[in-house]
Amino acid sequence: MGTSKRGSCLKYIFHLAQDNLDFRLPEIKALLALRGKPFCPGENFKEKSPFWCLDGLSEEDVSGIMARSICAKSAFELWGHGKTHSELRTSLLNYPLKDMLLFMHKDSTYRINVYTFNKTLEFSDRIKKIDAMDYLPFEGTVSLKSPQHIFCLMEDYGNDPNNIPEHPDYIYFGRWLADGQRELIRSHSVKNRHFIGNTSMDAGLSFIMANHAKVKENDLVFDPFVGTGSLLVACSHFGAYVCGTDIDYNTIHGKGRSSRVKQKWRGPDENIRANLRQYGTEKMYLDVMVSDASKPVWRDASLFDAIITDPPYGIRESTRRTGSHKDNNKPPDGIYAESHVPVSQSYHLSDIFTDLLNFSARHLPIGGRLVYWLPIYRPEYCEEIVPFHPCLRLISNSEQPLSSHMSRRLITMEKIKEPEELDSLAHLSNSHFSPYQGHNAFREKYFSGQNKRFGKEDDKSDVNGE
Amino acid sequence: MKLLTHNMLTSHVKGVTKGFPLLIKATEVKVNDLEFNPQFVIRMIPKLEWSALVQAAEQLGHRQDLPSELLQDYEKNEEFLKKVHRALLEVEVIEGCLKCPESGREFPISKGIPNMLLNEDEV
Repeated sequence: MGTSKRGSCLKYIFHLAQDNLDFRLPEIKALLALRGKPFCPGENFKEKSPFWCLDGLSEEDVSGIMARSICAKSAFELWGHGKTHSELRTSLLNYPLKDMLLFMHKDSTYRINVYTFNKTLEFSDRIKKIDAMDYLPFEGTVSLKSPQHIFCLMEDYGNDPNNIPEHPDYIYFGRWLADGQRELIRSHSVKNRHFIGNTSMDAGLSFIMANHAKVKENDLVFDPFVGTGSLLVACSHFGAYVCGTDIDYNTIHGKGRSSRVKQKWRGPDENIRANLRQYGTEKMYLDVMVSDASKPVWRDASLFDAIITDPPYGIRESTRRTGSHKDNNKPPDGIYAESHVPVSQSYHLSDIFTDLLNFSARHLPIGGRLVYWLPIYRPEYCEEIVPFHPCLRLISNSEQPLSSHMSRRLITMEKIKEPEELDSLAHLSNSHFSPYQGHNAFREKYFSGQNKRFGKEDDKSDVNGE
Repeated sequence: MKLLTHNMLTSHVKGVTKGFPLLIKATEVKVNDLEFNPQFVIRMIPKLEWSALVQAAEQLGHRQDLPSELLQDYEKNEEFLKKVHRALLEVEVIEGCLKCPESGREFPISKGIPNMLLNEDEV
């Protein structure tokens, strides 16, 4: 790999999918961090654009990122760019000829694709654009079916679908290097998964969560609200060993009513282990247990490389923990009610997060990450409502709108220091605590009059995979 | 339940101070064939309470020749790592229970899954 005559680093251009916009930057940054590389955007970087030019990377870095990214569709070696085709031409002619000729010699085969963002072009117009690039020294033969080298002319027609310009705002030309992992969205779709529940995380987001958490091969990952194991499926795919707990005996054992519309009861092969088996990662399955996340059963050490979870919001599943009520009847001695939680207290949402952050501070290594969803009532959201802990640094906060009033935010935190005795009570003295108390009313707000159509809890829901 | 998990679990019965390690009473144990991954074993060894692993393997009758002390320079010792791999990941308790060493409280294991829930009066 040579360096260009301009003396700057070799640049790469990533073409990102235009969904989950808030999640893209944290994902790419996390994948770069896994490789020890910083995020160096080119000048004129626009986070909302589908095209990102990045500096300071090697081709191996790009392959590594694309082997994991759900947000990035493709990556290219950037040969030229400009606001007009004339600028592009100048830029391309400045690209070192010897670097181009590697891919253009007469025994090679190639194809040029034209991709236009926010505009549809007629086939004939695409051909014209390709023909207009005849100043490039291609000596090989065009092969549409199986070319050795693929090039792409990318035109960005802006972000406004109601105001599409005649000419592109910006143009790029590059050599295709790799595609991202968006195929996982289809291959791991919850629609086809053996074992699902009302709240199984959709495939794309579960892989994005694994990326935000910097999960890597041979990690040990834990989910304290594991449900049907969607997050474990994603983490195991990236080479981590996985374990989880849930307070619900039936979900952990794969018993009870099915979440599928046409099916009444769950079949014998429906459990978390079977899900990993379905995708060929059963060897990464460590264990699942029935356990109350508010009463952890783990010895005090940094046991897990990452903690990734979707705690209950109290909407489609209840928030529960074990504990006594005043008017409780004692169960007969020696008989432990195995098939259900003995007594359920409601588990206040703010306590869930306090416990989760304390747990993470205790059981992650320095640099280990916690990734979890925080349900938000949008009209009252402010940054201070995000739970705080002195041992965990906030890395990112990505919003997924669910309705006009509701959203959830994917919070990523990284452990920066070991907890001391009083740290677990830090939230009480912190001004952050008071705004968050209001979060306990999240369930009330969700079920309030304004949201009548979301007010009913569904027992069975048509699974909304993709 | 695998012994790697067991090595990380402790009793959380109210008032118990020495809840680790939990004793294992197994009525059904299975040994699986799991792909040996030395890198993962090497990463897990520093997290382990070694004597608790040996004791647990012993309780299941699957200690084989796991040494009482952790070997030095285990990273290059493939034979040793394979023994650790077998103990941590291949031996599985399917039916039985985990018993708190201090209070005697038993947590059942059914279909390989421990149930760690306490009752309301124990909490």
